[in-house]
Amino acid sequence: MQLNQFLILSAFLFCTGVYGVLARRNGVLVLMSIELMLNAVNINLVAFSAFHHSVSGQVFALFVITIAAAEVGVGLAIVLLIYRNLRTPDLDRVDRLKG
Amino acid sequence: MLDYAWIVALLPALSFVVVLLVGRRLPRHGSEVGIAAVGASLVLTCVVAAQWIDRVETAHGAGVRPVVHSLTWWRNGGIRIGVGTQIDGLAVVLMFVVTVVSLLVQVYSTAYMHGDRRYTYYFAALSLFTASMLLLVMADNTLELMVGWELVGLCSFMLIGHWWEEHANTDAALKAFLTTRTGDVGLMIGVVITFFAAGRTFDIVHINQAALRGGNHALWLAGASCLLVAIIGKSGQFPLHTWLPDAMAGPTPVSALIHAATMVVAGVYLGARLYGVFWTGFSIHAGGVNAMALVGGITIVVGAVLAFVQDDIKKVLAYSTISQLGYMVMGLGVGAWTAAVFHLFTHAFFKALLFLGAGSVAHSGSHHSFDMKRDMGGLRRYMPVTFWTFVVASAALAGLPPFAGFFSKDELLATAGHSGYTTFLYVGLLGAFLTAAYMTRCVYLTFFGDFRGHGEPHESPPAITVPLVVLAVLSVLAGWLYATVAHVEKFQQWFEPRVAFPAGVVHPPFEWSEGVLAVAAVAIGFAVAYLYYWRDAGPHGATARDGFARRAHTFLVEKLYLDDLYTGLVVGTIKGPVARATSWVDDHVIDGAVNAVAGGARAAARFTYEVLDQRVVDGTVNGLAEASDETGGLLRSVQSGRLQWYAAVLFLAVAILSLALVVFN
Repeated sequence: MQLNQFLILSAFLFCTGVYGVLARRNGVLVLMSIELMLNAVNINLVAFSAFHHSVSGQVFALFVITIAAAEVGVGLAIVLLIYRNLRTPDLDRVDRLKG
Repeated sequence: MLDYAWIVALLPALSFVVVLLVGRRLPRHGSEVGIAAVGASLVLTCVVAAQWIDRVETAHGAGVRPVVHSLTWWRNGGIRIGVGTQIDGLAVVLMFVVTVVSLLVQVYSTAYMHGDRRYTYYFAALSLFTASMLLLVMADNTLELMVGWELVGLCSFMLIGHWWEEHANTDAALKAFLTTRTGDVGLMIGVVITFFAAGRTFDIVHINQAALRGGNHALWLAGASCLLVAIIGKSGQFPLHTWLPDAMAGPTPVSALIHAATMVVAGVYLGARLYGVFWTGFSIHAGGVNAMALVGGITIVVGAVLAFVQDDIKKVLAYSTISQLGYMVMGLGVGAWTAAVFHLFTHAFFKALLFLGAGSVAHSGSHHSFDMKRDMGGLRRYMPVTFWTFVVASAALAGLPPFAGFFSKDELLATAGHSGYTTFLYVGLLGAFLTAAYMTRCVYLTFFGDFRGHGEPHESPPAITVPLVVLAVLSVLAGWLYATVAHVEKFQQWFEPRVAFPAGVVHPPFEWSEGVLAVAAVAIGFAVAYLYYWRDAGPHGATARDGFARRAHTFLVEKLYLDDLYTGLVVGTIKGPVARATSWVDDHVIDGAVNAVAGGARAAARFTYEVLDQRVVDGTVNGLAEASDETGGLLRSVQSGRLQWYAAVLFLAVAILSLALVVFN
């Protein structure tokens, strides 16, 4: 196994995530794409950690997972509220700052 | 207890969580938890205050350091970021004010908010507010202070919009939040500047010491100016005062707690807390004039003048709050630290009392209306307790001896005179005259004459009248902590810092000439209003007869057109259509100017006006408007409000930057 293989996998995942964030209109799918990007980073961290024989990368990955869980909790709550108020999860409809 | 002062803030914070989680299931829907928590906080605050005073007394004038207790939150690059408490005289005063007013307001709210649909939520928000304010006043570093600062802003937003079913209320809440945010930008930059200016520390004592040592004056001036913007935003100073009157959309007890006694004084507190920065930055010892005193002085007059044309009793009080906050900021600006903090202390009691009195009138006298001209009048016969407490508070606000406001205002003005700020002494006297006059007007319209409302007005229940009486007693007694006329200077002795405090702050002795002048200003204000309202003397109906008077009146009713300036010019331009701004300039500035000029020779001017304005000006403006409409349309596409467009721009920027990093490395 080579480091490159992991990096290519993570780059592919990251690009998929970026595409999803920029192109999907459904809020839930955007959130899932963000998860993809975060996990691409995790793969990088773990791969480097394994190849450099240092544990700190894995610790970082654990932190990222925790923060990602919190972030998705908040994000889903926001999407749910958007859906409840606008009857659609479409993010293009959320373009006004209004109470 | 000085070492465990954090418990005082922790109790309301816990109460917030408890009320939110189980409040609905409790027999009194959570109010008992909130009142018990803040009551306990008050008791502990009294213990803290007693121990602090004891500490000062036993030190016999030697330098008493503030009691600082701090934990390391995290370290980053050798910089320690802590959370902790700093207990000194200023913190003790503020803690006392916050807990006393909060307790009375919560007791009052059990009657005033009885049966409200979000009763539990309301008490939870009050608890959170009390906790945040206590965090703010006990903070030992500027970062922690900023956390408390933002939290009180959030609570203010929540409580102004408490009845969010009505659109006007959510608008007012948003306005308050966004306007104070404008000032908060100043706070953030100011905190960063002071961090570097003081040699990489957020610690308040160190910042003050570093500032008083001097050093790079331009840096301190920049820091002080940014922090002054924060004060202007939070404490409703001119020209960002416009949110405060609108914030009256919230429930009245909230107005008393947040928009009179505590949250709005956070700005003044910031000025007092980081006084070294302002002292050095604005060269306060030099006398003459400086930005801080100027802002305060303008605010005194603007607030007082606008208070005259309000029909809504709460708005009169709101403008009066603005004016009084102006006194405090001006006091800090002219080097009267002790007098400004003392005015904050006394003002909290009588202003809370005025608001709660207005709420009592609306609750039991005028069917939840605050319109003095339509629904009030003659209420002194029906509501004696409310009437007398309101009169006591008005006298204290106007600065009539022996009520609290007299001592604090007189000391403030005397110090201004002695520190070489004679101009501001006269501004203060003018403010005292105006204050006396508009409060007399307010008392007359509410309590004298014939009852103009409908229904059966009656006195409020004890849950409302008892806090009124307590506050009335405090409004009378609080002044005697610092009565230079009787050589009582306990407030200065107990609460003025001895460490990291400018040595140039003077404490002039009482002078009869100044005291008499101040009382004379009040007496004239009262007499003018008395003659106008009770004796029917003076130019009644001038606004109907005289064109100039009418326009002046409209100018005031429209709040100097500041609101239109902000929504029309600032917000409108940013949103895209520059065209709207141009047409606004046409409608208000050009027309207004033309109208004012025409006041002198209106008949002759009318012909010119129509030709000039309609043809030439409109033609130019329309041409301008079309041009700017097109540029606005171009700019608008950037601010689309579309999340993914922003994300794409962001991603592109990061991609380009990282590419540049790779290439140039």
